Amino acid sequence: MKLEQLLSQKGPGILGKWLNLALETYPSDAHRFLKKQKDRFANPVGTTIEREIKSLYEELLREIDPERVSPILDRIVRIRAVQEFSPSQAVAFIFSLKYLVRRELEKELRENELFDDLPGFEARVDEVGLLAFDIYMKCREKLYEIRAREARAEVSGLLRKAGMIGMVPVWKAGIEKDNGG
Amino acid sequence: MNFVVGILFSGIAMIILILIPWVGVGAFDLRLVFGIIVPYLALATFFVGIVLRVINWARSPVPFRIPTTAGQQWSLPWIKPNRIDNPKGTGGVVVRMIFEVLLFRSLFRNTRLEFRKGPKITYEWEKWLWLAALVFHYSFLVIFLRHFRFFLDPVPAFIHILERLDGFLQMGPLPVSGLGVPEVYITDMLLLLALLYLFLRRLYVHQTRYISLPADYFPLFLLLTLGLTGVLMRYFLRVDLTAVKELAIGLVKFHPKVPEGIGVIFYIHLFMLCTLIAYFPFSKLVHMAGIFLSPTRNLSNNSRFVRHINPWNYPVKVHTYEEYEDEFRDKMIEAGLPVEKMPEKAEEGAGAKEEEEKKE
Amino acid sequence: MSDLPKPEDLAKVKHLPPIWKGWMRTPVEIRSGIYCYGSKPANLEYVGMPNPREWSPVDEDWKLPDNWKQIFLDGLRERLEKFRSLKIFMDICVRCGACADKCHFFIGSGDPRNMPVLRAELLRSIYRKEYTTAGKILGRFAGAREMTYQVLKELWYYFFQCTECRRCSLFCPYGIDTAEITILGRELLNLLGLNTDWISAPVANCYRTGNHLGIQPHAYKDMIDFFVDDIEEITGVRLNPSFNRKGAEILFITPSGDVFADPGTYTCMGYLMLFHYLENLGLDLTWSTFASEGGNFGYFTSHEMAKRLNAKMYAEAKRLGVKWILGGECGHMWRVINQYMDTFNGPADFLEEPVSPITGTKFENAKTTKMVHITEFTADLIKQNKLKLDPSRNDNLVVTFHDSCNPARGMGLLEEPRYIIKNTCNHFYEMPDTTIREQTFCCGSGAGLNAGENMELRMRGGLPRANAVKYVHEKYGVNMMACICAIDRAALPTLMEYWVPEVGITGVHELVGNALILEGEKERKTDLRGEPLPGMEEEEEEENV
Ligand code: SF4
Ligand code: SF4
Repeated sequence: MKLEQLLSQKGPGILGKWLNLALETYPSDAHRFLKKQKDRFANPVGTTIEREIKSLYEELLREIDPERVSPILDRIVRIRAVQEFSPSQAVAFIFSLKYLVRRELEKELRENELFDDLPGFEARVDEVGLLAFDIYMKCREKLYEIRAREARAEVSGLLRKAGMIGMVPVWKAGIEKDNGG
Repeated sequence: MNFVVGILFSGIAMIILILIPWVGVGAFDLRLVFGIIVPYLALATFFVGIVLRVINWARSPVPFRIPTTAGQQWSLPWIKPNRIDNPKGTGGVVVRMIFEVLLFRSLFRNTRLEFRKGPKITYEWEKWLWLAALVFHYSFLVIFLRHFRFFLDPVPAFIHILERLDGFLQMGPLPVSGLGVPEVYITDMLLLLALLYLFLRRLYVHQTRYISLPADYFPLFLLLTLGLTGVLMRYFLRVDLTAVKELAIGLVKFHPKVPEGIGVIFYIHLFMLCTLIAYFPFSKLVHMAGIFLSPTRNLSNNSRFVRHINPWNYPVKVHTYEEYEDEFRDKMIEAGLPVEKMPEKAEEGAGAKEEEEKKE
Repeated sequence: MSDLPKPEDLAKVKHLPPIWKGWMRTPVEIRSGIYCYGSKPANLEYVGMPNPREWSPVDEDWKLPDNWKQIFLDGLRERLEKFRSLKIFMDICVRCGACADKCHFFIGSGDPRNMPVLRAELLRSIYRKEYTTAGKILGRFAGAREMTYQVLKELWYYFFQCTECRRCSLFCPYGIDTAEITILGRELLNLLGLNTDWISAPVANCYRTGNHLGIQPHAYKDMIDFFVDDIEEITGVRLNPSFNRKGAEILFITPSGDVFADPGTYTCMGYLMLFHYLENLGLDLTWSTFASEGGNFGYFTSHEMAKRLNAKMYAEAKRLGVKWILGGECGHMWRVINQYMDTFNGPADFLEEPVSPITGTKFENAKTTKMVHITEFTADLIKQNKLKLDPSRNDNLVVTFHDSCNPARGMGLLEEPRYIIKNTCNHFYEMPDTTIREQTFCCGSGAGLNAGENMELRMRGGLPRANAVKYVHEKYGVNMMACICAIDRAALPTLMEYWVPEVGITGVHELVGNALILEGEKERKTDLRGEPLPGMEEEEEEENV
């Protein structure tokens, strides 16, 4: 038996646990809601993560193609980029898959002498994790970009063209004048 | 408040409450206190408390008309308005309130029945909260009405009918049928089940566990004890019903007397009831009265065509057009906008001063 | 293998507060990306609000008066006496949790304090401590807590994470309206000078110049003149709007965002074209540079401030001697008009019951406010066949409609805009039922939260809305979302840019402007945005060559 076969055989179990790990990063009081509310409109965060994590798992069973993996990651990470996470927290759940597999499949790995195949799989997980980090950064950059764009778009392009921009008093505090910290 | 402390606190309070009549009647034979004085006190507390509470609410006015609109407004004649969810007059409000009070309509709105998961449709019934709430309230109502057979002599016909309906579904002999189990009332079982569900849900659903206070567990425990002692009395530890009726009628007719031979279990049951009604006006249980006064539900959405008066409306400082024109007059004239006063008529000093201010 | 890290630990990176700790004992940290900057002293001073000073929400010291606690508690007591709603909402919540997962901020963040019930409990706990016997004696066991500096900060943080959208109140069995609690909570905070600058600046501007942006009269006129030029370029027709004109029959008031920020400006052009079209049919309408704001940021400050800013609508109508008022597309503006205006500043007995001069339709539903919503007005025109429309000019658009919270749950204006859209566009698709009409999801930026510094909050709050848009985008190819709210037009483009960049935002009257066939117009090559019309793409290119 090949490692990939084993992983795909045990997919549902591993996936369930992986999903739990991802959702447990949210405040404990929200777990049940995120997990149990299956209406994708009432619970976009939980259902998106559930859906995309499944696709991600499938991708991890073969050669990583960034073209295919990035959109999947994007849908998860885009959400986490605007929630209460530090950058590492936002993507850490991906790396945790490695240890999950080692722990959950310990017996099977031993029986089938598949431990030697693990590094390949783990390298793929790392690759995906790093990709996720890139995407996280892009999302954050996007946030700053739209903030800046919004401040500009505050005044109609038409009026700007007409040189009337000075007639609109400055109301926005402006990004650079961060009076917070 | 963490939920374990919350439950413990309410649980201990409950145990104390059970012990009071148990010890009081069982050890000290204070039947007069627990059979007569406490019930009267509790009733008095209930009525006075509720009345004061409602008066207190009513004392605050409803300054604005803020119904939550849950449907199409009444506007153009060819657009069909939603007369119940967005009521335009009293009729609609009454229907809306009836739906709310009798059917818990807003709660029913809660979740949808169907969702799609992948290619196939799966069904999940997510209206358990609504169902349990409905079952609980109606069971309680029926049981409450059934109890009138203790207070009224002769027992009115509708109570007999109610009892018959309630006992209609014979649940068959229980395992303990040897004790002479009478026919089982459905509502007894439903009430306990619904309460149990409501309690477990509070624990199981993380959101509610997080927000629950001892004041949320306590009424559930109280009602559960009330129901359990009732069930115990009815099916297992029979008490002398004639004596109970004698006591009850005595209470109603204000000729209270305590007959001999009623078991302690009855006094516990009665004490639970007394606690419940005395607790009622001071707790969240006043939602029973409050729902009728909730301004987002009991007002019609008519403030565009019927004037709503705010009794404490007071004049406020506003920026008048005159002040506005005084500040911008010159610019307005320059832009060809009509003005009320031409500059030569305006006070000159003021205009110049403003110009200076603006430059700053 | 035992030395491997536990997957649970790694995924979390940091341990979460254990469930053993109740919310009262979990402290709150004010985070950047979530909070809005504090109000500037000049803006508070201008309108005479208390405690003007420089301050920042992340500072330890908020520079409050020494007796701040007394001020707050007295304010609470006063409001309990004045608002039955507050008293009842404080007393009857059973914490059933039906509202808990209905708030877009909770859905998008999972932050338990964003459950409407908990948002309300933040204040309710203080109410219990001060005004209930159980709370005084049992303290935390009765869900009561002392009002402290920390609690004050928590209240501030979370009352400015609520968009007053009322979605929670729809699902509450007792109709408890957390929006109402937020409104009053903010009112209390304002007693201490604790507003956000994003709200207090427009308030001061609006008080002085008549509109939130502080546009002065001449500039207001100039801007509209620019639109007139632009419309002439596109259609070949010259419009001639009038301002502050006494004796006109109708006064038109719209949010100032329409006059100066894209894409609201295109909606504004739509209004202008419609009014021009109707002039020949007997419309006699004027704009005002004084009542140049429909929106009301005062409503996000206090009832009194809302009233002070709202007053100029009737005042200007009276001064100009018009018969009735027509109101543009705006959300909270219409909640104020529907539920407050006549009570605030009425009776408007100097006005007449509105009648459409073109169709003769009596707007009986506006009998006392004397103010008609422009979608009611236009829907009536279309129904009576008064408008020549060419919906194919909007054929490049696949449109969906976002119900703004206020017209939906504070008014019930649901069908009118849809009727207009269906008559001006050929491709219209609804989002799923649980995300529109009375159940609509907020844009996440309402009630004065559409600042820049709280972008994370806005993006997560808007996620449920964006998620539904994404669905119709993927399913039907929707590329344009219509709305009838100026805040939406400012906030949704940003939301879309982050979540569903393929979808644009438009006002309903922009669609009207595009479809409306003006008398004597030339063949249009572009829509109001200057984009080529369907079928004109090539010609456009040729011209460019
Ligand atoms: S739905 Fe109403 S009663 Fe239930 S928790 Fe929310 S506010 Fe309280
Ligand atoms: S009004 Fe809206 S934003 Fe505020 S708590 Fe309710 S659902 Fe959330």
